[in-house]
Amino acid sequence: MNRSLSGLLPGRSSQPGKRVLPGFALSLGISLFFISVVLILPVTGLIAHTAGMGWDQYWAVITDERVVASYKVTLWTAALASVINALVGLLLAWVLVRYEFPGKRIMDALVDLPFALPTAVAGITLAALFAQDGWYGQYFDLLGIKVSFTPLGIIVAMSFTSLPFVVRTVQPVLEDQAPEDEEAAVSLGASDWTVFRRILFPAIWPALLTGIGLSFCRSLGEFGAIIFIAGNMPYVSEITSLMIFVRLQEFDHAAASAIASVVLMASLLLLLAINLWQARYLRRLHGR
Amino acid sequence: MQQRRTMRAGDQPLVKWTLIGLAIITTLLMLVIPLVLIFDMAFSAGAGNYWDNLTNQYTRHAIGLTLLVAALTVPINLVFGVFLAWLVTRFEFPGRKALITLIDIPFAVSPVVAGLLYLLLYGSNGWIGSWLMDNEVQLMFAWPGIVMVTVFVTCPFVARELIPLMQQQGREEEEAGVVLGATGWQLFRRITLPNIQWALLYGVVLTNARAVGEFGAVSVVSGNIRGETNTLSLHIELLYQDYNVVGSFAAASLLAGIALITIVVKSFVEWRQARQRAPLAELSDGR
Repeated sequence: MNRSLSGLLPGRSSQPGKRVLPGFALSLGISLFFISVVLILPVTGLIAHTAGMGWDQYWAVITDERVVASYKVTLWTAALASVINALVGLLLAWVLVRYEFPGKRIMDALVDLPFALPTAVAGITLAALFAQDGWYGQYFDLLGIKVSFTPLGIIVAMSFTSLPFVVRTVQPVLEDQAPEDEEAAVSLGASDWTVFRRILFPAIWPALLTGIGLSFCRSLGEFGAIIFIAGNMPYVSEITSLMIFVRLQEFDHAAASAIASVVLMASLLLLLAINLWQARYLRRLHGR
Repeated sequence: MQQRRTMRAGDQPLVKWTLIGLAIITTLLMLVIPLVLIFDMAFSAGAGNYWDNLTNQYTRHAIGLTLLVAALTVPINLVFGVFLAWLVTRFEFPGRKALITLIDIPFAVSPVVAGLLYLLLYGSNGWIGSWLMDNEVQLMFAWPGIVMVTVFVTCPFVARELIPLMQQQGREEEEAGVVLGATGWQLFRRITLPNIQWALLYGVVLTNARAVGEFGAVSVVSGNIRGETNTLSLHIELLYQDYNVVGSFAAASLLAGIALITIVVKSFVEWRQARQRAPLAELSDGR
């Protein structure tokens, strides 16, 4: 920090109450106003709505058989999709960081496609690809595997929409990995697998886990890409987001908000866990 | 390019090319072929049919509404994102970290839940909605509701692009500006903006991509009234359910085009930022 100009200033900028830069009150006011109106007010609206329901009714709605089936489908498909994304993401991140080959820049750019492509577009595209006579579906059909209208279709849609998370969290950590340990290990005769297991994996797993967590969180909430391919059969391939939607179309706002409150709590807890986890491992990373 | 010739893990040609091959096959299967399919399907009934699909009355209306939503959402979130990033990177205050976490909520919340939150509050049974109803203002099942939920789901993008960058750049340059007597606007215009312009551009492009493509949240609050509250994403669903698959892919090709522009802009921004950083890295190496 010896380059810092703040030492030359009358008050150190890091001390609260002696802020050097202008705009604190204005930016605080705008940010708080926006966050209150856009984020916090609607969330409290949901809490108030469900609080008015009474515990018995609330419990009956959120433990309804069909709703519980939707939790199960959503959870296990999201978990499997995250595992697939961990493997694919690790492969792509590794290849993009470690090797030079023609088309690398294009591959790097394309990884972001699932974030940029609207989910409805992803949905109809995957549905067409995996339809029985589709480009992919016909081969799966030969093998006797049905992807469309089954939970497998849900996994495909979830893996597609959350593909970039693991790549983008692992990539920077792999880039920062100093070569010395690895070179020493290789020159002492360690196999690639040993180097990966003993040196690389311990360095990247916190980032990998963050990526998997983000991917899981996104998959739990995914809606647009899934409904086109899943077939949405109750008890079999109906996800919780759709369950909320179905209750809304039945004009049962109370039930919809009860289920939504479960989803909201789950995703906020997951978000908090990922944030705490990230803060912890960032501290460890910089504290060494 | 001076490269060390010492071996690292995975440097043997066999391992290296196997992994590259696998990555290329994965990219083709998961990303390239789906993209090709969109345009293949859109043009499968000929270019004339494609043009008719895009220029019919309902599609034109959906395009118009989608542009309107983006035109309102992007500036709102641009202003908010810049102020929030300025706040959390230029000042220390209690609750700063909590604020950074709060802004991630829209990323974690399912879009259907996001739509529902707004429907409950501003719909005809809601606290605010019933009052608005008495005053004959309808937000839900109308375009203002679509804009409101889109602002919700896209509000983190600009801030999330700016915060890490502004954190890393530090506040020394702006502080020097203050010493030299610059006003707040001059600081932003002359120092901050040139430093963050590319990240800001990418944030705007991402916000725009999500705003034109949002589906789950919008479908809860729109009411899907053809020719009135149908955005492009909703229009795609409607056509698809009408078994007009070619028409729905024609509409989808427009959104896919915007997605492609988005990733091109991202690559360009990263390339600019790498170039901006490169001379600095050389300097610090030479110390």
